[in-house]
Amino acid sequence: MIAEFGQVSLILALVLAILLGTLPLYGAHRGNETLMRLAPSLVIGHFVFLAAAYVALSAAFLNHDFTISYVALNSNLLLPWYYRLSAVWGGHEGSLLLWMLMLGGWMLAVAAFSRTLPREFVTRVLAVMAIVSIGFLLFTLLTSNPFDRILPGPTDGRDLNPLLQDPGMIFHPPLLYMGYVGFAVAFGFAIAGLLGGKVERDWVRWARPWTLAAWAFLTGGIALGSWWAYYELGWGGWWFWDPVENASFIPWLIGTALLHSQAVTEKRGSFPAWTVLLSIAAFSMSLLGTFLVRSGVLTSVHAFANDPERGLFILMFMAVVTGAALLLYALRAPRIMTGPGFDWMSRETMLLINNVFFTVSAAMVLLGTLYPLIVDFMGWGQISVGPPYFGAMFILLMTPIVILLPLGPFTRWKQDEVMRVIRPLAASAAVAIVLGLIISAALGAWNLRAITGWIGGIWVMAGAIAWVTRQWRSSRSGLALHQWGMTLAHFGVGVFLIGVAMVESMTFERDMRIAPGQTVEAAGYQFTLHEVTQVKGANWRADEARFTVHRNDREIAAMNPQKRLYHRGGQVMTQVALRPGVTRDLYIAMGEELDAESGAWSIRIHVKPFVRWIWGGAALMTLGGLVSASDRRYWRRRRTEAKQARTAEVPA
Amino acid sequence: MTRLQGFMRFECSAFRVQGRLRPAAMILAGLLLSAVVAASAIEPFPFESELQEQRFRSLAEEIRCTVCQNQSLADSDAPLAQDLRRELFAMLQDGRSDMEIRMFMVDRYGDFVLYRPPLAGHTLLLWGGPIVLLLIALGSTIVIVRRRRKAL
Amino acid sequence: MIRMLLPLIVFGGLLALLIAGLQTAEERKLVQSPLVGKPVPEVTLPALHDPQTTRSTAELVGQPYILNVWGSWCWACRVEHPFIERLGQEAGVPLVGFNWKDEREDALEWLERFGDAWSFHLVDFEGRAAIDLGVYGAPETYLVDHRGIIQHKHIGPIDATVFEDLMRRIMQMRAEAGS
Repeated sequence: MIAEFGQVSLILALVLAILLGTLPLYGAHRGNETLMRLAPSLVIGHFVFLAAAYVALSAAFLNHDFTISYVALNSNLLLPWYYRLSAVWGGHEGSLLLWMLMLGGWMLAVAAFSRTLPREFVTRVLAVMAIVSIGFLLFTLLTSNPFDRILPGPTDGRDLNPLLQDPGMIFHPPLLYMGYVGFAVAFGFAIAGLLGGKVERDWVRWARPWTLAAWAFLTGGIALGSWWAYYELGWGGWWFWDPVENASFIPWLIGTALLHSQAVTEKRGSFPAWTVLLSIAAFSMSLLGTFLVRSGVLTSVHAFANDPERGLFILMFMAVVTGAALLLYALRAPRIMTGPGFDWMSRETMLLINNVFFTVSAAMVLLGTLYPLIVDFMGWGQISVGPPYFGAMFILLMTPIVILLPLGPFTRWKQDEVMRVIRPLAASAAVAIVLGLIISAALGAWNLRAITGWIGGIWVMAGAIAWVTRQWRSSRSGLALHQWGMTLAHFGVGVFLIGVAMVESMTFERDMRIAPGQTVEAAGYQFTLHEVTQVKGANWRADEARFTVHRNDREIAAMNPQKRLYHRGGQVMTQVALRPGVTRDLYIAMGEELDAESGAWSIRIHVKPFVRWIWGGAALMTLGGLVSASDRRYWRRRRTEAKQARTAEVPA
Repeated sequence: MTRLQGFMRFECSAFRVQGRLRPAAMILAGLLLSAVVAASAIEPFPFESELQEQRFRSLAEEIRCTVCQNQSLADSDAPLAQDLRRELFAMLQDGRSDMEIRMFMVDRYGDFVLYRPPLAGHTLLLWGGPIVLLLIALGSTIVIVRRRRKAL
Repeated sequence: MIRMLLPLIVFGGLLALLIAGLQTAEERKLVQSPLVGKPVPEVTLPALHDPQTTRSTAELVGQPYILNVWGSWCWACRVEHPFIERLGQEAGVPLVGFNWKDEREDALEWLERFGDAWSFHLVDFEGRAAIDLGVYGAPETYLVDHRGIIQHKHIGPIDATVFEDLMRRIMQMRAEAGS
């Protein structure tokens, strides 16, 4: 029953989405109030039915309804309840459902928080988002129905991929999708702006908090994914430049460019067309990411079940949505240069440069990801593009950003003097160089990557602090929330940079053969293996190694890595032992038993310096984005504008 | 063809429960293995020096395992990857240069195994594209600022 | 106007590339061997049935032959086995087995159970010679012509269509060898 209930809910959600994507849009076109007024209730209904479908699938998982093939494939009787709930998005079909639920949620939020915006405009935004929803609902119902039955159902399900049976996996996809889908809001605003011929400055201001929130979620989602890969895959890496990772990174890069171009358009009215284009691009890249992950067009470590037919559907959908948006852009986008002029040294130029490097980086990642396709298409053979390419190119493109980043906030709009901008930062620069050299030397990290990482990181952090201090002193009311947010995010960039530089240049990693009773030395730590025993979990059993770690004759940690065998699927998984720390992580992964007699195992030990700073930096960026988005400035001004708008509208 | 992938994919899996694969376990593995394969390639080699170990690691990280989804030799636990790592180690012991080792792999498995595509005619766009794009973008920035200065 | 249409044009190109890429997705998963069109590396390996003797690809020079990579652990090898048997009977050229990363008893037991259709077997337990041949999975089937050039490599199990294709190529090789 529950499956049919979910199925019907999805169909009803589709019906409402179709209504929402047509009637109010027509109403907005004709100025028909009645039709426009339908929008909010349709949005609520749409969300309710999506939620109902989602709850239905969750209930099926909780009740072990293995007659639903999606449940049978992604769960089993031994799976604990919390993983049964997260298993809902453990596969392709269910994760699509989550995607749509979030889209419905964002629409609901837009409807709820934008009451003060012109009705026509909000109606258009919601209708555009509904059209996106129609595409995904059709996709789900036609090609990837999570409620498909297999009758008679098996007595037990397969299993959720053991890799996904992990707390990190519970939160990674929802956050990531919140980000992906969140860009649909910015997209909706841009399209509504084009449709309504609205003055860009207005709707860009309205769109900013939404874009910030989406960007923050995406940042958090990517960081969580990286963290999860780090401890779960057992390789100790935090970023692999795999196509699937790139699929999330491209929208992030475009989104970052968008945040900054929105600032110019909102404050100065410049580059309106460019901001529209980036809004379209950010969401289109999210769609492209969905395509790359689910179509199997590229070989990746972590793809979903691959199905070219599904791929084709997403591609066609993307062709319609992005194609129509770009066509509209070509016809309607503002072509004249608006807003006051600006000089070489100005905030406008700074943000323009930011946009240049971020969009070119995004293009580079896209090119590298798709290049094997191009080579094949041209009949030039088969090639691989991997971390050495992306790493080198990305460093090249991001170095100017790191150098210029602290200058940005100090630069005035319109016109400024180089000396005036640089002077307050001279101290930061000096501190960065001196402190960077001292710290690198003190840590024994005397190599180019670590030294430049420290100098660059401290430069960015000190620059952020310098700006906050100056603002604090010069303004009586202190800093606005959006300013705090920006500073937090910029500071996070510095933290991130140090983490990356240290991990990439100073990681200790070695595969060793260790027998019980032996002690090995790794980067100043002594790892002693005491024994290897058998342990049991709910749905697995494992060999567990018991290690203690000493430093300077003091025991600092007991670490127990495992090699698990999952009962149901028979998968073997390494469960690493981690001892996190601010300045280093200790990391042990088990390989194979090498010799039954001595009980020796192959063991990989990593000592990763400052690896937490990578995710710490990303967390600060996430927080910065959320803090900025919550600034009352975006919402307060909006009310006064709304009042003006309303009084202006009355006579007409 | 889709079925074929199912058959071949076990190659990079870590389903070597007790050292050797039993057919029954293989079938299970081939059919049930989900897309992501975890279990890393952990093998202690008796390196002569730290330099040799570093060279080994950086080469293993730059060479793609042909059997697997998208993993380097360093990360893959496929039997073939194990063989290739052993070969890689032997070549280092032999005193062969990094270039010779890369060529060895390319001769047998093609350009596909290099994660760092060599600069050649067919990769010109890959390496040059972003640079050209950057120059165009910076050029347009200059044009834009020049034009906007007039509006000051 | 053209400038405003540029994003749409770029997007169109991207779309075309992705559609084309979707068609070739399966094909691209197989890594083409650079050894096709090149002389087969000379490998000398112990024979399966008689570990004391060694066999070599060198002894086959002058005639076309088939080299088939298999292992008792390889499930897909069982799937293609009927076609291997047909190749043994119908191809009219030596069918050399390349027993890869296996164990002797397992391999012999497998042949006992499913039938030995090969002319003889080279045994590569270590997988070293396989690297020289560019083997990356089992089953794989190489066609080598009378000059010792690898003419074709098929990756994956042989099915009816592949069998037809292989037979056609073998006939061609035989014709060339005869002339």
